[in-house]
Amino acid sequence: MHIERPRDLAEALAGFDSHPRATPLAGGTDLMVEVNLSHLRPETVVALRRVSELQTWDDRFVGAGVTYARLQAGPFPALAELARTVGSPQIRAAGTLGGNLGTASPAGDALPFLAALDAEVVVASHGGERTLRWDAFLVGPKRTALRPGELIVGVRLPDHIPARQAFGKVGVRQAMVIATVNCCVVRDEEGATRVAMGAVGPTVLRARAAEQLVSSTSRPSPSMLEEFQRLVSDEVVPITDHRATERYRRHAAGVLARRTLERCLAP
Amino acid sequence: MIVTLQVNGRSHAVEVAGWESLLWVLRERLGLRGAKDACLQGECGACSVVFDGELVCSCLVMAADAEGAEVTTVEGLGDAGGLHPVQQAFVDEGAVQCGYCTPGLAVATAHLLETHPDASLDELREALAGNLCRCTGYGAVLRAAVAAQRGGAEEAAP
Amino acid sequence: MSETLVRRPPVRGGVGASVPRPDGVPKVTGRFEFLGDMHHEDMLWGATRRAWVPHARLVRVDVTPALAMPGVHAALTQDDVPGHRYQGQAVTDQPVLAEDEVRYWGEPVAIVAADDPETARRAAEAIVVEVEELDPLTDLDVALERGAVFRHVPVRRGDPDAHGEVVVEGTYVTATQDPAALGTEAGLAVPDGSGGIDLWGPTQWTHIDLKQLAACLALDPAQLRVQPCRLGGAFGSREDLSLQTHIGMLALRLGRPVKMVYDRHESFVGHVKRHGALMHYRHEADRDGTLVRVDARILLDGGPYQLTSNAVIANSTYFAVGPYRCDHVTVDGYALRTNNPPSGAMRGFGANQPCFAAEAQMDRLAAALGMDPLELRLRNALGQGDRLPTTGQLIEHPLPTDEVIRSVAAIPLPDPADDDDPLHLPGGTGMTTPRSRVVRGVGYAVGLKNLQFSEGFDDYAEARVELTADGAVVHTAAIEVGQGMVTIIEQIARSALGMSNVRVEFDHTGRIGSAGSTSASRQTQMAGNATLEAATAVREQALAAAGGDDLDDAGVWRDGALVASLTELTANGPLTHHVRYRHRPTDQPDADGQGELHVDFCVAAHRAVVDVDPDLGLVRVVEIAIGQDVGRALNPQQVHGQIEGGIAQGMAHAVMEEVLLDRGVIRNPTLTDYLLPTCLDAPHVEAALVEVPSPWGPFGAKGMAELPTMSATPAVAAAIRAATGLPLTRVPIRPEDIAVPDPPPDDPEPHPPEAGGR
Repeated sequence: MHIERPRDLAEALAGFDSHPRATPLAGGTDLMVEVNLSHLRPETVVALRRVSELQTWDDRFVGAGVTYARLQAGPFPALAELARTVGSPQIRAAGTLGGNLGTASPAGDALPFLAALDAEVVVASHGGERTLRWDAFLVGPKRTALRPGELIVGVRLPDHIPARQAFGKVGVRQAMVIATVNCCVVRDEEGATRVAMGAVGPTVLRARAAEQLVSSTSRPSPSMLEEFQRLVSDEVVPITDHRATERYRRHAAGVLARRTLERCLAP
Repeated sequence: MIVTLQVNGRSHAVEVAGWESLLWVLRERLGLRGAKDACLQGECGACSVVFDGELVCSCLVMAADAEGAEVTTVEGLGDAGGLHPVQQAFVDEGAVQCGYCTPGLAVATAHLLETHPDASLDELREALAGNLCRCTGYGAVLRAAVAAQRGGAEEAAP
Repeated sequence: MSETLVRRPPVRGGVGASVPRPDGVPKVTGRFEFLGDMHHEDMLWGATRRAWVPHARLVRVDVTPALAMPGVHAALTQDDVPGHRYQGQAVTDQPVLAEDEVRYWGEPVAIVAADDPETARRAAEAIVVEVEELDPLTDLDVALERGAVFRHVPVRRGDPDAHGEVVVEGTYVTATQDPAALGTEAGLAVPDGSGGIDLWGPTQWTHIDLKQLAACLALDPAQLRVQPCRLGGAFGSREDLSLQTHIGMLALRLGRPVKMVYDRHESFVGHVKRHGALMHYRHEADRDGTLVRVDARILLDGGPYQLTSNAVIANSTYFAVGPYRCDHVTVDGYALRTNNPPSGAMRGFGANQPCFAAEAQMDRLAAALGMDPLELRLRNALGQGDRLPTTGQLIEHPLPTDEVIRSVAAIPLPDPADDDDPLHLPGGTGMTTPRSRVVRGVGYAVGLKNLQFSEGFDDYAEARVELTADGAVVHTAAIEVGQGMVTIIEQIARSALGMSNVRVEFDHTGRIGSAGSTSASRQTQMAGNATLEAATAVREQALAAAGGDDLDDAGVWRDGALVASLTELTANGPLTHHVRYRHRPTDQPDADGQGELHVDFCVAAHRAVVDVDPDLGLVRVVEIAIGQDVGRALNPQQVHGQIEGGIAQGMAHAVMEEVLLDRGVIRNPTLTDYLLPTCLDAPHVEAALVEVPSPWGPFGAKGMAELPTMSATPAVAAAIRAATGLPLTRVPIRPEDIAVPDPPPDDPEPHPPEAGGR
């Protein structure tokens, strides 16, 4: 195995340029599991933890190398809440936002936040940079639009980020558990609401009919919340797997979305 | 390839293969077998070490990427004079049964008390949630953590 | 004489003191050498090729591609087993490596040894394994229909026509639970240069391994030294052989040391599990709550090989009713052969599954009678002078069922919570659940289990105490699995000798006879009594040799004066005494399962307090209180440690721990998906120890560490039922069972009290 340990982005991109099929290594929390289980033996690795640009968190730009531990201590409540639910403290000290995007698990905990804010993913190669909205980047379960030679540089959040935001996650343990369903809701002062649901479809998805229902009113009534819950349950497309049944996920998605919205509505 | 790293204050240059984790290097290349390999996927915390100041699972650190790192393992707790207060508290409180999780838990607890000396009981519990123990049910582990914290606070007091 | 006693300091670290573990310091410093930490110069690494099909005809195994790889030294199959080709504790029906058929998912087919683990893994993968898949037998009802029965244990007691006025009936399921000891299987076999080997492997009983390994490896037992091992937990999963035969074969073939370590995925298929169970129960009582009749049918999923299933099903059958008087009992217990993963021992050993069902039945009965569930249990509580409801065995000595129930009920309930900290709410850090959506439930369960081996098994434990100038040493082949037996033996020896300077030396099979298994809650009484007898005899030898009246760390005393130092006392060699301790004999069951089958019994009562989010089906176990029979607490700190740890395992089986099986395939063979409780999931524990000395235990002690697990599971289930009103007849209880329960089946039960008359 060949490893490159670039110190800045230019060096990193040069590495990918000369090894377009190189495996990027950030926190290692997904990659090393595959290596340890002998599922993966990368030929070339570009190790990213020394790349200063990826560690940047400059207001609306969050570098791909920012760890969950940093997200947990950051200014955005829902982002902090979701980071708290990711793995253990050991995982949060190592795992990164970029890693969550690159792995593109349907249950990735950071993804609902990005989807709810219509965040953009900044990717770069030796040839230049391009920006993809979250839904153009996440194209399927564990599949992204990243091309050979490209690296996830970070995430660009919109200028306007509502203060009312919350994240919720259903799992069978009190901590350190992969989401059965996860959810992020953001709502601005005018009522415009966005609802993103994870682990209930091939990729994170937006519950747009449910969003529309509650976006038109400043104070949703109990019956409207009931309807909101039903719409979310309708809109998700979960499967049955070893973590939960399709039926439970559909039900739980509605309940969780409603409660997460209610947290956003709290005075 | 050769990787140079510091472990418990000592510098090592070790030959590593691409598939090797830091855990493997510690155990099999350096003979430091305190950190344990119980899951190899970051779920159990038995391989916890402090890596450049952060508590991590050493099974998830690619050895080839540990170049230049400073690592503290359970063997680096305490000193010639005796046990680290966390280690002593684990013994005293009966927090050790089979002991397989103990090195990881001791490192995690010591790291927590160093970085958050005033952690509340709930903060202790949340901070140790990444270290699975199959024997104790955690009661004695938490009592040990609290005892070590109290001991540390008394020591710090004038 | 009284002067002497006053002057001399009391024994330090004797029975009753919370003595710290002698292996505590090496364990906290990382120096303690577990099996997987062992190393030997010139050693090779072994790896196992497995067949990832639950049932298949093995068409062809070709190891030549592996042997062609550089660094590979051997690749062996079943044809290479030097001796007997099958292993097993009681019945040798498990091929060392799959022979003509693969009978469970992940069954070993071939083994390799190579220079390093990576090469070994690749070589194992390179072995060609051709199979023709067969239909796996995985359903218990079908297995019973087809007569795939390892053992049927019938119990027929009392009058088949006796009936109660109120009847409740139910069908219950407990899923397969994995012991999931944190240390995975690991072992080292080292040739001794003269045809024999030293073997370290995960075990709870070296001498039973010796018997099986000597036969399979075609060695004289004297040529094979099964060494005491240092385990990262056991809980029953080390009672059956895993990799020992394999490393033994490789080491013998190559004349070189071979080490093997299972990773977690392999570990999930590499050790036995708690049997999944399907149970049908019918309880009948009179209107005053007197239990009149219990009928039960218990099906245990044994997997493909017998292992300990024959003894496990006996426990399930004999403890099917729980600690209650009942004169008319019919039980049919079946251990069944399937293509699910092999099952065997796990903490509680077959008594847990019926405890879940029977305790749920007691709650149903209480509801049908309109009676308080505790009152119903107290009314029927089994005690001295009663007969075990299944086997009819007279309970000759005090059994504190009543006391454990009353003591747990006397522990104050935790305060109703009102805060919004997510750590204190179901869902935890996921922030799913506002306090307003939480319903609290409280549930009770009581467990009863035997101590020691039963059914006429000729069981013994050896110990040898040696007194030297440096103090006393207890020699034993008993295996310390983390539970603390090493401390208990030391404490017993100290109190018996009157000396503090005592340590335990764990011997290999060539040095001392069997201590029996570290299981069945037996070592406190078995190894403990052997130690007590040997230590007492050595003390007597010492006193007689020097004509003294007391012994301590300095030597022998007479009338308050030291008359012989330890050095003088042992000038001609150590004073030693060797004991083979046997517990009182037990009967084999008659055709109706009747007889004095058990040595001793232990009881515990649990109270679980849970907070449930019924909409999402999430549960937080807030607190578990226990009233626990301990005989006498020899080391209170360790007793509490066993209680807390046992409760965590029992409660987790109620809400999260399940080996998910899909037609024989394990769907969650990782710690990511086989969820063990974290320290945020483990409940607060309150324990009341009930000390009623056992006549069979050293200083009155009982082995107590299985009970905390047993009735924790049904107590948590009862608490969730109380919070939700749902029947919840299966554990673990999954979120969907609460949030989106299936419509109730067309089951006429439970009978309302007025409809249940006869």
